Amino acid sequence: MNYASYITWIPMLPMASFVLVGLFGRKYFKNLAGVIGTIVLLAITVLSFITVYQYFFVDGKVNDVYQSIIPEQYSWLQFSPNLSIDIGIVLDPISVMMLLIVSFVSLMVHVFSLSYMKGEERFSTYYAFLSLFTFSMLGLVVSTNIFQIYIFWELVGISSYLLIGFYYDRPSAVAASKKAFIVTRFADLGFLIGILILAFNAGTLDFHTLIERLTNTQSSQFISITTSSFLGISMLTWALILVFVGGAGKSAMFPLQVWLPDAMEGPTPVSALIHAATMVVAGVYLVARLFPLYSLDAIVLNIVSYVGAISALLAAIIACTQTDIKRVLAYSTISQIGYMMFALGVSRYGGEQGLGYMASMFHLFTHAFFKSLLFLCAGAIIHLVHSNEMKDMGGLKKLMPVTHVVFLIACLAIAGIPPFSGFFSKEEILTAAYNSNKFIYAMGVFTSMLTAFYMFRLYFRIFHNKDSHVEADHSEGSLSMKIPLVILAICTLASGFVPFGSFVTSDGISLTTHVDIVFSILPVTLSVAAILFAAKLYYMQNELPGRIASSLGTFYHAAYKKFYIDEVYLFITKKIIFNLVGKPAAWIDRHIVDGFMNLLASITAKISEMIKGLQTGKVQNYALYFFGGIVGLAVLFIYLWK
Amino acid sequence: MNLSLLILIPLLTAIAILFCKGLKQVRVVALLGAVIQLFAAFFLLYAYSNERAAGNTSQMLFQDAYIWFKALKIDYHVGVDGISIAMILLTSFVVLAGILVSWRQERMSKEFFFLLILLSLGAYGFFISLDLFMLFFFLEIAVIPKFLLIGIWGSGKKEYSAMKLALMLMGGSALVFVGLLGLYFNSTFGGTTTFDLLQIAQMHIPVEVQKIFFPFIFIGFGIFGALFPFHTWVPDGHSSAPTAASMFLAGISMKLGGYGCLRVATYLMPEAAHYYSPVIIVLATIAIIYGAFATMMQKDLKYINAYSSVSHCGFVLLGIGMLTQTSINGAVMQMVSHGLMTALFFAAIGMIYDRTHTRMTVQLGGLLKIMPFISTVFVLAGLCSLGLPGLSGFVAEATVFMGSWQNADTLYRVATILSCASIVVTAVYILRAVGQAIMGPVNNTQYLSLPDAAWNEKIAATILVIGIVVIGIAPFLLSDLITPSTQTIIEHTFNNISFK
Repeated sequence: MNYASYITWIPMLPMASFVLVGLFGRKYFKNLAGVIGTIVLLAITVLSFITVYQYFFVDGKVNDVYQSIIPEQYSWLQFSPNLSIDIGIVLDPISVMMLLIVSFVSLMVHVFSLSYMKGEERFSTYYAFLSLFTFSMLGLVVSTNIFQIYIFWELVGISSYLLIGFYYDRPSAVAASKKAFIVTRFADLGFLIGILILAFNAGTLDFHTLIERLTNTQSSQFISITTSSFLGISMLTWALILVFVGGAGKSAMFPLQVWLPDAMEGPTPVSALIHAATMVVAGVYLVARLFPLYSLDAIVLNIVSYVGAISALLAAIIACTQTDIKRVLAYSTISQIGYMMFALGVSRYGGEQGLGYMASMFHLFTHAFFKSLLFLCAGAIIHLVHSNEMKDMGGLKKLMPVTHVVFLIACLAIAGIPPFSGFFSKEEILTAAYNSNKFIYAMGVFTSMLTAFYMFRLYFRIFHNKDSHVEADHSEGSLSMKIPLVILAICTLASGFVPFGSFVTSDGISLTTHVDIVFSILPVTLSVAAILFAAKLYYMQNELPGRIASSLGTFYHAAYKKFYIDEVYLFITKKIIFNLVGKPAAWIDRHIVDGFMNLLASITAKISEMIKGLQTGKVQNYALYFFGGIVGLAVLFIYLWK
Repeated sequence: MNLSLLILIPLLTAIAILFCKGLKQVRVVALLGAVIQLFAAFFLLYAYSNERAAGNTSQMLFQDAYIWFKALKIDYHVGVDGISIAMILLTSFVVLAGILVSWRQERMSKEFFFLLILLSLGAYGFFISLDLFMLFFFLEIAVIPKFLLIGIWGSGKKEYSAMKLALMLMGGSALVFVGLLGLYFNSTFGGTTTFDLLQIAQMHIPVEVQKIFFPFIFIGFGIFGALFPFHTWVPDGHSSAPTAASMFLAGISMKLGGYGCLRVATYLMPEAAHYYSPVIIVLATIAIIYGAFATMMQKDLKYINAYSSVSHCGFVLLGIGMLTQTSINGAVMQMVSHGLMTALFFAAIGMIYDRTHTRMTVQLGGLLKIMPFISTVFVLAGLCSLGLPGLSGFVAEATVFMGSWQNADTLYRVATILSCASIVVTAVYILRAVGQAIMGPVNNTQYLSLPDAAWNEKIAATILVIGIVVIGIAPFLLSDLITPSTQTIIEHTFNNISFK
């Protein structure tokens, strides 16, 4: 079967569902909206599986190298004769993998939401937005053109905005949606300028041509972009840094991570889809997409790895102190994306050197399953308890047997305990880091230990700790909530065993990897120790956690307050931007610029006021002026004549 | 197609309105006129595309010329290229929407609709004129009705605003007129002086003369197009004007300025355009950034949109000042996009104001619950303003950025980066306004009983939304239409420069 015959349907079906449900759903088929959305997602998930099968097992490989195939491409906007935005679909290992993840996780979330969002007043709007998001995210991952990715980048941003602000009558949701959009918009400014630099110097927006031209050190484009510089740094480095800024914003990397925890104001299934599995990894995907260029520049790669590692560590520390279960998961997402990011940073292009790239994508793959599973579990728990706070939970093991088991599986996976999926991908990442940068490796191992600790803190406080006081008005949830949980749990168990290196690598040539038991002993032992420590603290209610918190004092408090990063931003925006830039601008406009115009008008009025006395309308006066004038002139003439 | 129809249809509509009795007759006639005009505009587009497809490469199509005043060589000379057609289509969309929005204009309805149609007549005439005197004539026709529309049907300090707007625009026209006379007396075509745009373009106006008269024409038209620091009529004028007049003002009148800067100033005086380009860039960048920051502090919805118009129209002047093919394309696209978007914005604000009698964002709140249709329209206009892909604002601004970056000079680069930065500030003020007025809890429970949009308002908004979405999803339709024409302008510019 030819790709062209079905591939366009994958992004277009959700778009159609968005238009249909968005325009008419509210009025005519409010309750059917969910079913329509789910059927569409089922269809495109099937198509994605077909694509995966066809690409990886039938015709993706030529001479043992995975090719990039472009089944569809249209010229969308022609800037100048040789510069245009083309909208198209590219199939290569990472885009096919992302197609699968996006449509599959989205399908799970659609099914889960059928009962989670039941009875919601804006049920159809919710599904319309979900469809819009799915369309945008699919469009993003199949982009053939750097401007196309920017277009869909903004579209996923707005879908995220709409869904975070879904409960629009809550001021906190409104503030969170605004914050998420503006912070990522700020980062996108970097992305945009990076695109402008690349487009200007490479003379193309097309990924394939761009990479081809700029990796060839003999090409005129490469020479022009590396020889021109600003502040002593070459334009290529600038462009890559700026594009990375965009990626870091979307992926909530330090110091742009502030929006993600607040984004938890959205409905929980949305957090599972957008803020855990798909949109937030777009930054990682972007760097991976341009990886041949990033691998040229050691400075930028170092930036990528340190930003990733610092985000991973910082977020893990904060996660240990938070009490809102969704916020814990949000910080854990930042931390895990930090892993993916630094894995890319320590990688190089091609062969054994490219292990980090492959590990990063592998972690992206496994993380998508266990993190969306964790969020959906959180959704099920919140659905039952009607609260996000840990203190309202505890002892839920009996009430929610299925959720308990799948949550435990996901926790073991994220903690990196063999044989759960997170173990495999994390080991690859740590191996890659070990081979390239020992310091990053150390941060990675330490973070992995913290991860195990805070995840099991979460687990014990939700499911054990004390006897349940929850008066459940309903049981664990209907089938449409349980089935996605179970399916995702199976994926979490299985996805680690995928021989990932033979599918996705930096250069398309398969890479055989094996788990080195000796190497794994240290991280796994640390994780197990952390789990045991968490068990000691939280399995039964006791006073130990409080005492440890108070003995850590200021540091604990700073971590609890998220290291005051939000306050710094608030200071910059409120005090500096608003008071020192915005207000003066508005004031100057009213009082100086416009004041000048008014001054001109009033001077004109004054002058006319002064001279209008001459226009009395009395003929005698005019006669007087007339004769006065004649006399004056006569005197002047006579005087001059002499 | 006979272009004179574009002037004749509004003229006949206006005359017919004078013979009507009562709101019911007046509005039907006005609507009919606007619909016919819309069809005429689309037919023009169709005919034009056919001609181009058939290989007609002359610069202006459907030309028509009659001697008007022989002694001074003033002709009635009309003709269109892609840019004018884009502007004509924009005008007909905005006019139709504006008339539908004013459907219940009870007070002095005959005069109101008469003036609206007269204003549109001026705009249509302006966009098809190829004779500078005639162009000026129509420019003036488009100014006078605004004074009356604001002064009579306005709100707030309407006398002050009407006077301010009229005086500033008249000042602009005066500057333009001085510049036009300068061109006229320095043009020698076949032994005589001429007002004909195409003839002046073919000859070479001495560089010294260009340098003297370019600022007159550019600033003159710039006042219409909200050139910093002559933009202060925009916030007051818009906020006092009745809804339809705001829509016409921002959607059409401000475009007269941009079009004039491009067609008259830049096209006829290319060397001066290059010479003054840094000044234009600096002023446009100031307008973009400073307009955006000033918007951030506004609390009145109309002021928000008016200041944001200053910022967005800055992109038009920036694109023109950058003098690359792509940036000028972007400028024209931004004119069309901003015209549709801001008309939509004002329409939504007008609908909200009609119901709640306030435009203060803090007093509104939770409108999405009360009037979902109007709120959705408002949000769409806002998203277009902040440059969401899929809506027209994005493609226009992206084209301007892309074109601007092609100037490698430091000043131009700095200007481009600063202008890009405005996308963040735009997001801040749009989301603030949306967050306060549309989302959030309902502040005033009295609003709960307010009705959503009526049919006429729904149609008006839908027309404009269609325009925004079509350009946003299929920008090639617009860019293919205007590219050959902007190319002519830019090639003409560079030919003259190399010639020197």
